[in-house]
Amino acid sequence: MKKILILFAHPALHKSKINNILIKSVLHEPGITVNNLYEKYPDFYIDIIAEQQLLLEHDIIVWQHPFYWYSGPALLKEWFDLVLQHGFAYGEKGRRLEGKKAMSVITTGGRREIYSARGRNHFTMNEFLVPYRQSANLCRMEYLPPFVVHGAHTILPEEIVNAASGYKRLMQTLRDGLIDDTVLHSVEYLNDIKL
Amino acid sequence: MYNSEFFFQAFIFLAAAVISVPLAKKLGLGSVLGYLLAGVLIGPYVLGLINYDTDKVMHFAEFGVVLMLFVIGLELQPSLLWKMRKAIFGLGGLQVLITAIVIAAFAMLFGFRINRAVGIGLILALSSTAIVLQTLTEKGLLKNTAGQSAFSVLLFQDISVVPILAIIPLLAAMGAPVTIAESQLNEIAGFVSLPGWMQLLIIFASIAVIIVGGQFIARHIFRLVAETGMREIFTALVLLLVVGIALLMNKIGLSPALGTFLAGVVLANNEYRHELETTIDPFKGLLLGLFFVSVGASINFKLLLENPSMILGFTILLIVIKFAVLLLLGRLFKLRKGYDYLFAFLLAQSSEFAFVLISFSQQSLLFDEKTAGLLMLTVTLSMAISPLLLIFNDKAVAPILSRKQNKREPEWVDNAENPVIIAGFGRFGLAVGRLLIANKVKVTIIDSNPTNVEVLRKFGFKLFYGDVTRPQVLEQAGVKNARLIILSMAEYDDAIKVAGYLRKKYPRLKIMARAKDIYHTFEFFRQNVETVQNEVFSSAADLGEKALVYLGLTPYEAYRATRTFKHHEKQVINDLYHSWKEDESNFIQDSRRFSEQLAEILETEKEYGIHDSDYAWDVNSIRAESQQKNSD
Repeated sequence: MKKILILFAHPALHKSKINNILIKSVLHEPGITVNNLYEKYPDFYIDIIAEQQLLLEHDIIVWQHPFYWYSGPALLKEWFDLVLQHGFAYGEKGRRLEGKKAMSVITTGGRREIYSARGRNHFTMNEFLVPYRQSANLCRMEYLPPFVVHGAHTILPEEIVNAASGYKRLMQTLRDGLIDDTVLHSVEYLNDIKL
Repeated sequence: MYNSEFFFQAFIFLAAAVISVPLAKKLGLGSVLGYLLAGVLIGPYVLGLINYDTDKVMHFAEFGVVLMLFVIGLELQPSLLWKMRKAIFGLGGLQVLITAIVIAAFAMLFGFRINRAVGIGLILALSSTAIVLQTLTEKGLLKNTAGQSAFSVLLFQDISVVPILAIIPLLAAMGAPVTIAESQLNEIAGFVSLPGWMQLLIIFASIAVIIVGGQFIARHIFRLVAETGMREIFTALVLLLVVGIALLMNKIGLSPALGTFLAGVVLANNEYRHELETTIDPFKGLLLGLFFVSVGASINFKLLLENPSMILGFTILLIVIKFAVLLLLGRLFKLRKGYDYLFAFLLAQSSEFAFVLISFSQQSLLFDEKTAGLLMLTVTLSMAISPLLLIFNDKAVAPILSRKQNKREPEWVDNAENPVIIAGFGRFGLAVGRLLIANKVKVTIIDSNPTNVEVLRKFGFKLFYGDVTRPQVLEQAGVKNARLIILSMAEYDDAIKVAGYLRKKYPRLKIMARAKDIYHTFEFFRQNVETVQNEVFSSAADLGEKALVYLGLTPYEAYRATRTFKHHEKQVINDLYHSWKEDESNFIQDSRRFSEQLAEILETEKEYGIHDSDYAWDVNSIRAESQQKNSD
């Protein structure tokens, strides 16, 4: 059994429609640690040592957040800046995260179609997520395709419930190692795998 | 001593004030009543200790009113004054007009000729700036709507003294076609006899001098004098300024109080404002006190005893008329319920200007000596009674009204259902409370200081007066249904006791506390109160942060350093607490000497060392690594 760390970053959870339900679905799952960054560090003063310790204790690192300006909320960026220190996460001697898996779980306002070369946003999600992919690479981690819930502005309540149960199943499957790496890398989104 | 008589008189006045004012305040009567009673006591009819002419003392002491208006002007930004224009001219104008008409009508009923009746009406329509403003300041009511309305009316009355001074000789001439000797009139009010347009011109020129001088010149003079570093010369300058303006105003027939008030407003944005205020304040206070004492001393008990029922009747009639008109206007101008009564009770007395105006009228031959004496006495008595009216309002009228109001507005009914209770509403509790209230949290406040309670209640806070250490008070404040209680009181030992009691009785209630120092914090920890805030630490650290910025750290660097320090402090406190619990004898508790704390804190700090939280932004290790690679 693998241990999963969800680094959850949402600055206004009380206004969240989707993330709130997604995170609740995995909150009490064994083997899954939800690390609510905005709750822990409202003043952006991240406890670096504690965060690094958490990373060391887990095998799969999940960055879950709404998609703001084609990236994560500010505190998540602060987390990257401060926690992934040279000599810890990267560099000659920085190999503490080597071999772990990493992935993004993202909600967007726009629908899936507009995240394409001909869509309004011109780029696919995987293209937008290149900084995360390369950050994981630099830390010698294996970056998986993302789990994305699109269309927050138009989504129906039952669709949210479906997304949440899909998310929960995915996390359980990853935790229990029930899925082959080649299957994981064969899809655009992890949502697309039939579980 | 060549003038022991003067010193003896000064001694009498001061002793009377020092004895009676604290006594009056203790009895809840307010300082004005204290001074007045002192005056009566040392006056000619009781102890007879004053040899001076009390009228002269009073005229001298009226300067206190002038100083008071100067100070009030200093606190009033011009923009605020502009906002009050409607109240000043609408409310104030109507008050003077209607009151004068009604009083004049009554005076005619009592057989006065119309010219005299109008004179009486105009003179008695004014209210006492000294008494009202002193009371407002003392009760902290100057900024609430009733206080502001009262102040607006007083301002208008001050302005109207000028035309009244001009009208009185005309009224006198109307009654007796005998021409008053021109020279006599000149002597009385030299300026009034000038042609109207010239008067206006001079008035405007003088006001312009005050505004321009205050706006552009005063600052430089203040600085020049302040730079000499001699406080007494600065004091002299400020007094010179006020006396000068008062003289100028007297010369042109305006009220000196009005002139200095204007000067105060002009200087309200001046950087020397606070200097000016603190310099004037003691003079103001003493002179006002002297003024009230002399009012008390000048009550002519002989005249009163000759015809007590008539004079008391007149006084009561006067107060009733003024009160009725004011109440009506208060309603008309939509003062909040309760405030209309306060407003009416505040202004229901007669004015110190009346003394001046009555003697002027007597000299202008409008009134004979008997009328003047009668009026003087009525005015004095109304001033003496007015503090009692306010006590009556506070004790009898306001409670009834607020009870009625409670019935009508259900959200006022049960303070007891608020989710948060703040115990102790001083400097600390106020900040906490304001933040919560600003975020729409319903808060019940308990405070043991009755003056705080009075003031805050007037500003709409829901307050309980009481001692938190008593379980009944907590019950009444609704502790049973509260989610959270914040112990922000400065009675540190009591706070621990209350925390212990609450922990036992209401185990599910969340308690947060203000702590004096680390030992106090530990006492709370021991009562299982975890959320404890040192009352000074955060503010001190924030000031330290500003110091770091000044010393050259970038603002963000300083911010991070301060954050680090604050988090580090938490660790230090936790660590110290554990060793404290293990071995209390290590700590000299009773003495609680700061130096002991200091040593403990610094000792623990040394062990920790502050982790460099900004390490990731440091590129040195990366550079070292790439340089090594290049050389390989």
